[in-house]
Amino acid sequence: MIGQVFHGFGTGAVYAALALALVLVHRFTGVVNFAQGELAMVSAYVAWQLVDAGLSYWVALPLTVAVAFGAGALAQRLVMRHAGDAALIMTIGLYVFVHALAAQIWSSALRTFPNPFPGGPLGIVGPLGVVAAVLALLYLVIRHSGAGLTLRAVAADPRAARLSGIRVGRVHALGWGLAAATGAVSGVLIAPVVFLEPGMMGGVLVSALAAAAVGGFVNPVGAVAGGLLIGVAETLAGTYLWADLRVVVPLAIMLVVPAVRLSAFSRVRA
Amino acid sequence: MSAVTGHPTGHPTGHRRPAVGELAGDRRRSWPYPRTTLGVAAAAAVLVPFVLPPYPLYQVTLVLVYVVALLGLDLVAGHGGQVSLGHGAFFGIGAYAAAILLWLGVPYPVTLPVAGLVAYGLGHAFGRPAVRLSGVYLAVVTFAVAVAVPPLIRRFAPGGAMGLPVRTPGAPSFTGLADDQWVYLLVLAVAAAAFAVMRSVVRSRAGRSLAALRADPGAAELLGIRPAATRAHAFAGSAMYAGLAGCLFTWTTGFVAPESFTVNLSITLLAGIVIGGLGTVSGAVVGAVVVTFLPAPGLVSGLALILVLAVAPGGVTGLARRAPALFRKDGP
Repeated sequence: MIGQVFHGFGTGAVYAALALALVLVHRFTGVVNFAQGELAMVSAYVAWQLVDAGLSYWVALPLTVAVAFGAGALAQRLVMRHAGDAALIMTIGLYVFVHALAAQIWSSALRTFPNPFPGGPLGIVGPLGVVAAVLALLYLVIRHSGAGLTLRAVAADPRAARLSGIRVGRVHALGWGLAAATGAVSGVLIAPVVFLEPGMMGGVLVSALAAAAVGGFVNPVGAVAGGLLIGVAETLAGTYLWADLRVVVPLAIMLVVPAVRLSAFSRVRA
Repeated sequence: MSAVTGHPTGHPTGHRRPAVGELAGDRRRSWPYPRTTLGVAAAAAVLVPFVLPPYPLYQVTLVLVYVVALLGLDLVAGHGGQVSLGHGAFFGIGAYAAAILLWLGVPYPVTLPVAGLVAYGLGHAFGRPAVRLSGVYLAVVTFAVAVAVPPLIRRFAPGGAMGLPVRTPGAPSFTGLADDQWVYLLVLAVAAAAFAVMRSVVRSRAGRSLAALRADPGAAELLGIRPAATRAHAFAGSAMYAGLAGCLFTWTTGFVAPESFTVNLSITLLAGIVIGGLGTVSGAVVGAVVVTFLPAPGLVSGLALILVLAVAPGGVTGLARRAPALFRKDGP
C-alpha cells in the first residue's frame, strides 16, 4: 500500500510537470493547449536522439529543454498567432499535426529510453525533486525577472500592456516557450516508464488536464498538488480495483472540481 | 479578434463590417434561391438509392449519418462558440445502445429514441458541471470523456474488444426495396427531421440565447439569459444528436467496435465541422463528406485544420460565400 502510494507520487510528478506547462500557457495566453503533450513527446524524442548520438544524459537534458523552448515559441509564432478566436481548435490541429509528423519521422516503433533514476527510493524522489526544482525556477522567473513582469502584465491586460510598449506577440511566444520547456521535463521523465512512442503522452495529457483543472488552470501550486493527487489515485484505483479504471480517475476529478470549488487553489495574485 | 491578437477581421463591435462569410457562423444571406436549392437537393437525395451501386450508396449513407452528428456538434461549436471533444464518445454510446438493443432482439425502430435519450442523459450529466466553469472547461471535460469511453466499452459491453455484429434493418416486403436502399431512406428521413428540428431550435428563443451568450456573455446575462442552463441544454441536445447519429451508424454498418469511437473520431468530427464551416447547415454537409473520406487524423487533416483556421475561419462554406466578393474589383 505504502509502496503503491510512493509509486503514485512518481507518476504524479510527471502529471504535475505537464500540468504546470498547461497552466503557464493558459495563464499567459488564455488558451488550454491540447498540443502540450505532443510537444513534450517530441522533446523526449529529441533527448533520445541526443543520447543516442553519444551525449551524456545530463548534457542532453538542458539541450532538450532549450530545443523545446524554441519549438514552443516557434509554434506560437508560426501557428497560434493566426488562430484568431479559435485558438483552442488550433491547438487541436497542432496536436494532430505534431503527432502525425513524429510518427513519420521516428516511426511508431517502441523505443527504450535511458532512466536516470533506476529503481529504489531514488526512482520516486528523483522525479519529485526535478518537478520541485522546475516549480522553484518558474517562480523565480515569473516573480523576480523583467521577462516575468512583462508576462504577468500581458496576462493581466493585453491591451494595456501593448499600449505601454510591450511586444505582446513576443511575450506570448515567451510564454509558449517556457511552457514547452516545462513540458519537455515531463516528457523526459515519463519516457523511461512507458517506452518512447508517438502515442505515449495520450494518457498523460488527460491526467495533466485534470491536474491543471484542480488549480483552475491558473495556479501552479494547485496544478502540482492535483498532479500528485491524481498520480496516487490512479495507481491505487489501478492496483486495488481494476486496471481500466485508471482512465476514469481524471474524468471523475474534473467532474468533482466544479462542485467543490477549490477556490484556495484557483486564485492567484496578478 | 482584436488588435492585440492581430486577427485580420477586427473587433466584432468595431467600425469595419466583416464581409459575408468572413466570420464563422455568419447568418447573412448570400445565396438567392434557398428554397429552390433545398427542393432540388431533397429530390436528388430521394433518387440516390435508385441510381447508385451498393458501395457508393453505403458511403452516401455514412455521409448522412455524419451530417446528423455534425448538425449536433455545430450547435455547441458553431452557435454556442464552445468546443466539444466528446462527440465521438456520444456517437459511440448511441451506436452501442442501438447495437445492444438489436442484439437483445428489440425491433430496430425502438433503438433510435433510446439511443438519443441515453446520449441526452449522459450529455446532461457531463455537461452540467462542465459549463459552470469557464468556456474552455467543456473542451477539457469532454476530452476526458472521449478518452474514458472506449476502455469502458471494451470492459462492459457485450462483444468486448472484438466488437458486436448486429442485424441491420431489413426492408418491409411490400416496398420491394433492397435492404441497403431501405436503410438509406430511413437515414435520410432521420437526417431531414434532424435538420428541420435544428433549424427551428437555432431560431427559437433558446437558440438565440445561445448565440447571444457567444457574442457577449456579460450583456446576455444582463438580459436575463442563464448561461449555465442554456449551455448545458445546448450541450445535452447536441450530445443527443451525436447519439442518434451513432444509432444510424449501427443501422448502416451492422457492426460496432470500441476502436471505432476513440478520441480520434471526436477530433475528426470537430475537424470536419471546422473545415466545412461553423454555424451553417451546408458546413455540416461539407464536413460530413470530409469526415467520411478523410478518415483517421494525420498529417493531411492536421495541416488542413490549421490552414483553414488561419486562412479561412469560415471554412469551405465561408470561402464559397466570400467568393463573389473576392472577384469584385474593390475586393472583399
